[in-house]
Amino acid sequence: MSGPRIGILALQGDVREHARALTDAGAVPVAVRRESELAEVDGLVLPGGESTTIGRLLRVFELLDPLRAKVAAGLPVFGSCAGMILLARDVVDGRPDQPLIGGLDMVVRRNAFGRQVDSFEADLDVVGVPGPPVHAVFIRAPWVEKAGGAVEVLARVAEAPVAVRQGSLLATAFHPELTGDFRVHRLFVDVVRSSGFGR
Amino acid sequence: MSEAQTASTAGTAADTAGQADSVRQAGTARVKRGMAEMLKGGVIMDVVNAEQARIAEDAGAVAVMALERVPADIRAQGGVARMSDPDMISEIIGAVSIPVMAKARIGHFVEAQVLQALGVDYVDESEVLTPADPHHHIDKWSFTVPFVCGATNLGEALRRIAEGAAMIRSKGEAGTGEVSNAVVHMRTIRAEIGRLSTLPTEELYAAAKELRAPVELVAEVARLGRLPVVLFTAGGIATPADAALMMQLGADGVFVGSGIFKSGDPARRARAIVEATTMFNDPDVLVKVSRGLGEAMVGINVSELPPSARYADRGW
Repeated sequence: MSGPRIGILALQGDVREHARALTDAGAVPVAVRRESELAEVDGLVLPGGESTTIGRLLRVFELLDPLRAKVAAGLPVFGSCAGMILLARDVVDGRPDQPLIGGLDMVVRRNAFGRQVDSFEADLDVVGVPGPPVHAVFIRAPWVEKAGGAVEVLARVAEAPVAVRQGSLLATAFHPELTGDFRVHRLFVDVVRSSGFGR
Repeated sequence: MSEAQTASTAGTAADTAGQADSVRQAGTARVKRGMAEMLKGGVIMDVVNAEQARIAEDAGAVAVMALERVPADIRAQGGVARMSDPDMISEIIGAVSIPVMAKARIGHFVEAQVLQALGVDYVDESEVLTPADPHHHIDKWSFTVPFVCGATNLGEALRRIAEGAAMIRSKGEAGTGEVSNAVVHMRTIRAEIGRLSTLPTEELYAAAKELRAPVELVAEVARLGRLPVVLFTAGGIATPADAALMMQLGADGVFVGSGIFKSGDPARRARAIVEATTMFNDPDVLVKVSRGLGEAMVGINVSELPPSARYADRGW
């Protein structure tokens, strides 16, 4: 039996790394650049990249509204870094016109940990990921500034939430796709399987 | 090849004391290379002031390269080309939310120290500036800030990676608006990687000798079938079709130098090049974005440049 078809939004960012992680986690990764491609996936990954760039391209290639509709209809989505920003209700220190998909009841702060010279790696305990701590890579990463009651915090760095879940939406400020440890992707594949979306 | 320096990078905000979480490590190879992974599929644009930087960000650039003169002007005006004025770089950092890169001269590690202290997100040790050292590039492992370096072939790319470069770009021939050298460099690098992938292990040692690169890196490239870092293209990209051409030839992303702000309608051309880089395999999109862009930069034919005017020959 083949795994779920999980799309990766392929407008810009580290698509290849997510494809490898999803394959390892038992899913079939598919690049998504068009609405027709979006229609055929059981779940979606929003990769790391520049959130302003991806947001603008979502608008130009007319994916923003279809994506919002899919999220509202229950499509499971996992966003890392820029993907976390895109899933937020609002962003601090972003651009005023920066398009967001939304879905997670939270406000994120962009580049919250600082510039690239402040980017770092650290071990984190993540709720729902069994075994040893997750080695997390933060690159000009955001954090969650404010979260609604429905948002479950899965991990924190210095009090700030850096991994969250609300229903079948999952987001991390760090990049689990970069380390070769794909337990967070396995967690998402489980979310997709149990959601029954599109089946 | 060692992993980058670890922890204790003094002076970074990540080292806040009293964290409940484990020790944070800044400036590692993974953090440096990972930063470049996040730029993939994107366009990095040369800008000389805050206004241009805003135009680039509005157009969807993934980063800007702050420099005092675009390569076309360096060619036209001559003189020694150096790191930009810190005031100008700070102004650009303040103007945009996307990453800001800046250029240091080949071998000029103090310019790189200044750029790191300014908070730039990536340093380009660039042949477009006048080289400061004819023999030695910067030891890039000793920095927290990551570096991108130019290359014309695989051996050159691997020597830069051995020195700590976390991202490679084809050199092309900057400031010409002529894409042929970028094509040659990208094809050369890809062909040499392809050849390595076919070699039995015992032949990798002689291959490393020919490439003048560490055998560990040569073996890693043979195993991966690509560089261990992101490979962008640069040097002569002037149109959306140029950008899509380089993406189809295997580039992970595109640097555009003079091509945007030396053209008739920079904002529109910048948007078009961004969209062409994303949809590089879709001719219908390429037709649409290529229409009505106004004048492209006039450019210079590379074949008419005397050897002394070729930036790609700088470095080793």
